[in-house]
Amino acid sequence: MLGKLKNFARGVLVPVLLLILWEACLRAGLFSPVLLPAPTAVAIKWWAYLMPMQPQEAGQSYLAWMFSGELPHDAYSSLFRVVTGFLIGAGLALPFGLLMGASTRIYDLFNPMMQILRPIPPIAYIPLAILWFGLGNPPSFFLIAIGAFFPVLMNTIAGVRQVDGIYLRAARNLGVGQWTMFVRVILPAATPYILAGARIGIGTAFIVVIVSEMIAVNDGLGFRILEAREFMWSDKIIAGMITIGLLGLAIDTAVSRLNNYLLRWHRGLEH
Amino acid sequence: MAQILINHVQKVFKTPGKDVVALKDINLDIKAGEFVCLLGPSGCGKSTLLNAVAGFALPSAGDISVNGKVVTAPGPDRGMVFQEYALFPWMTVGQNIAFGLEIQKKGKAEIEQTVSQLLELLHLGDFRDRFPKDLSGGMRQRVAIARVLAIDSPIMLMDEPFGALDALTRRNLQDELLRIWNKLGKTILFVTHSIEESVYLADRIVVMTYRPGMVKRDQYVDMPRPRDPSSAAFNDLKRELGKLVMEEQERQAKDELKLSAGD
Repeated sequence: MLGKLKNFARGVLVPVLLLILWEACLRAGLFSPVLLPAPTAVAIKWWAYLMPMQPQEAGQSYLAWMFSGELPHDAYSSLFRVVTGFLIGAGLALPFGLLMGASTRIYDLFNPMMQILRPIPPIAYIPLAILWFGLGNPPSFFLIAIGAFFPVLMNTIAGVRQVDGIYLRAARNLGVGQWTMFVRVILPAATPYILAGARIGIGTAFIVVIVSEMIAVNDGLGFRILEAREFMWSDKIIAGMITIGLLGLAIDTAVSRLNNYLLRWHRGLEH
Repeated sequence: MAQILINHVQKVFKTPGKDVVALKDINLDIKAGEFVCLLGPSGCGKSTLLNAVAGFALPSAGDISVNGKVVTAPGPDRGMVFQEYALFPWMTVGQNIAFGLEIQKKGKAEIEQTVSQLLELLHLGDFRDRFPKDLSGGMRQRVAIARVLAIDSPIMLMDEPFGALDALTRRNLQDELLRIWNKLGKTILFVTHSIEESVYLADRIVVMTYRPGMVKRDQYVDMPRPRDPSSAAFNDLKRELGKLVMEEQERQAKDELKLSAGD
């Protein structure tokens, strides 16, 4: 218990010192608060951003009112885009990767094209995305899906290819047919690779969502920090950035928990 | 009537440079319920022969038939226990044992009953919901045996199943295997390079030669079980077989030296 407390104290020491230094510099008037607001100003802004803007209306539940602020709305919009885009991208990549991993013929047919498309950063698709899908959510989904597609695809292919032949032989010996082999042997055996790909994919999706919100929509965390710049609200920019960091951390924690659960059978897994 | 009939079987592995004859004119007939050990040094083709019976790698010439049907593919009538256990690590012990039955689309109640019986037979009751990574080598091999027993194949093929285990665990599992074989009357084809193991277990020991793999001696063991490894009869046979195996082992060692000198 004491050891934990000590570790925690060590972990927060540097950030707290930096915040104090930062605050002191602002109080001393070293920087213009328009360019770099004091941490306390950012905290106050963040709180205002988080809290409801209107008083509670008649008939509105307390919970709904608590989440009616700008920040919860933006965070939800961004999260919704990440999840939808990721599901589209990963949902296409998974079956495709399984096929490419299992069949050399399919691999030979598609691999050259994939190798050409893969290095194109999702951001480079922005002009096409707007041309094809206009404004609003669809171009975001498209860009995020592309960001998530390739990591999941490449890892699924690698995962299927590294499946130990001994499992296939044991399964064939038990009389397993092709479909069962795919679903009950190859897929689970490739899961560690696939999940590693999913984790990279969702990280990419999170980068892409912020960028895509700067171009095509009028809510979400990416939109909000760009909007704040137009009003020179640097405190809100930083408050928004902190929120992005927290949301990213939350997503990564959730994915890693899911990972640990799905791979609880896996040797050498560190919890 | 022979249950496994191995008829003029030959296996050639094509390698760049020269072809390696792994098996040459093997003829064996194995009766139902017989416990047969294939004995020889590494490289004598005993695992190759077992894989041919299993249907993983078919002979280059000759044929193998099981219950009158020529082997062309792996199948659940010839359950295999591998040295590396080959348990599915993402399935629990219970799920591993049930897997073969699920493939055969057996009913839930029947699967449940078989799995429970096998867990008890192999003293695995407390491990049903564990994953293989949490089990010792001996435990894993028990699960692998249970998995093959679950599909109730009349023939069990065992590829050095106890090779990776320590001596005590090994003896323990050998006794378990004999108990199960006694109780269920399976035909067992068991590959080993341990002379002692073959004398302890088998009704019949087939000693194989090193490259090309041929039958050097087809030896019936007429000793009552449980066999006492310290008895005179046990040791006489062990010594005799040991001489045969060592001759082949020396040929293998010479070959290996020649190969490494040539490179």
